[in-house]
Amino acid sequence: MINQGEILQTIEMIDQQHLDIRTITMGISLRDCADSDARKSCEKIYDKICRLAGNLVRTGEEIEAEFGIPIVNKRISVTPISMIAESSDASDYVPFAVALDRAAREVGVNFLGGFSSLVHKGATVGDEKLIASIPEALASTEFVCSSVNVATTRAGINMDAVALMGRIIKETANLTASSGGMGCAKLVVFANAVEDNPFMAGAFHGVGEPECAINVGVSGPGVVRQALRSAKGLPFDQVAEIVKKTAFRITRMGQLVAMEASRRLKVPFGVVDLSLAPTPAIGDSVADILEEMGLESVGAPGTTAALALLNDAVKKGGVMASGHVGGLSGAFIPVSEDAGMIAALQRGSLSLEKLEAMTCVCSVGLDMIAVPGDTSAETLAGIIADEAAIGVVNNKTTAVRIIPAPGKTVGDVVDFGGLLGSAPVMPVNRFSPAQFIARGGRIPAPLHSLKN
Amino acid sequence: MRAIVTVIGKDKIGIIAGVCSILAEHQVNILDISQTILQEYFTMIMLVDLSRCAVPFEELSRILKEWGEEQALSIRIQREDIFNAMHRI
Repeated sequence: MINQGEILQTIEMIDQQHLDIRTITMGISLRDCADSDARKSCEKIYDKICRLAGNLVRTGEEIEAEFGIPIVNKRISVTPISMIAESSDASDYVPFAVALDRAAREVGVNFLGGFSSLVHKGATVGDEKLIASIPEALASTEFVCSSVNVATTRAGINMDAVALMGRIIKETANLTASSGGMGCAKLVVFANAVEDNPFMAGAFHGVGEPECAINVGVSGPGVVRQALRSAKGLPFDQVAEIVKKTAFRITRMGQLVAMEASRRLKVPFGVVDLSLAPTPAIGDSVADILEEMGLESVGAPGTTAALALLNDAVKKGGVMASGHVGGLSGAFIPVSEDAGMIAALQRGSLSLEKLEAMTCVCSVGLDMIAVPGDTSAETLAGIIADEAAIGVVNNKTTAVRIIPAPGKTVGDVVDFGGLLGSAPVMPVNRFSPAQFIARGGRIPAPLHSLKN
Repeated sequence: MRAIVTVIGKDKIGIIAGVCSILAEHQVNILDISQTILQEYFTMIMLVDLSRCAVPFEELSRILKEWGEEQALSIRIQREDIFNAMHRI
């Protein structure tokens, strides 16, 4: 039998250190839902999601009750809708988003990702229609999330798409101005997007994925921080060891839940995403871990090195604990969803430029960042281009989820509620990249894309 | 199916008796019990077998939790697998 200390340690992690399974995400292929008649296609989409995910939420709740581990979110990702809607006669894809939203509501999930397009080398007619529909789709639905992949290491950066996404983000913010530009919190611009990511808002079910799959995202920054409290003043070798051991435990639990969900739903297990995903709750913060390592406040010199160690140790610890690792796997640094990040911003220790540097070594990118409402589309595009360059050159996923909060300026706070948290508006470099962005075309793939 | 029942709270008379009678009432067999007092706090851990349990897991969990709340105790029941996954390779 497991000993008493181990049992109490697990319970303490769940009770006091916010250990949870962040999401069980069911990936569903909608490739058989294309139809020349858009209305029929929407019906097929709605029916298929309701059929496959009908028991998802209930199953998640059963596992939660039996194992005593909270499963915070149950979610769905689908095939990028541009590929499905493209076969139809529709010129506007908003009805597809509405159908997805209805299905999400019916099955009871809290987000559905996949109103997406992959345009890293160029856009098809369907991609163009989908991207043009994004602002209204996000404004007129509650649960639908959208993502656009504008760059890959193999293809380079599609700068026409980057420029366009700057304008789309502005338009989305303006259409959802009454909720602080909330639509932008559901829109991610990617470089090197992954096909099996269970986390929102960037989840979609890639074309290489099976008919249906269960992907699980774990969490647990509070547990890592608590473990590091016992390591005050110890050298980094030991810090890395502690993080690895903790990540192993967290991930084993994720693997167990993933296998159980897969068995009960009769859907193949896809991957466990080894992530440290913070929430706005006090004590559930990645920033706190970095400060526990000895930084006075996140953003101080040394922050990038601390994050690099954390991100790497999480992967090393987690990889042996799971049969298949995938998704984004690493430490997330969403500003609005992390109380420690918000505090650092308000203290003045964290800037957009430092966050950009941190994205070179963490799992994703500039995430949930509010900037002044008058930030131009070109400046947003410039920020996206910089992130995409980091991803493309370093062969990693990067993303931008940025909110130009309408009517807000530096020092204001935008509140999105729930898991999305609240974001203080950050200053942006005031010099313009307009002529750079206006060039368009493609930035060629880097030399190291030629691997064959 | 085997599960771990943990009972944590201020010590008083009748905690073990109360928990055991609820388990017996629902056909749950107790395989192992360990109990200590840590800084005035009563901590009991039981390994139980649910193969003949007369009610669904969620229902048993709710009954234990509610009785615990009446007694100012924190009682939870979790499948053994979660502890094995986390602490054993």
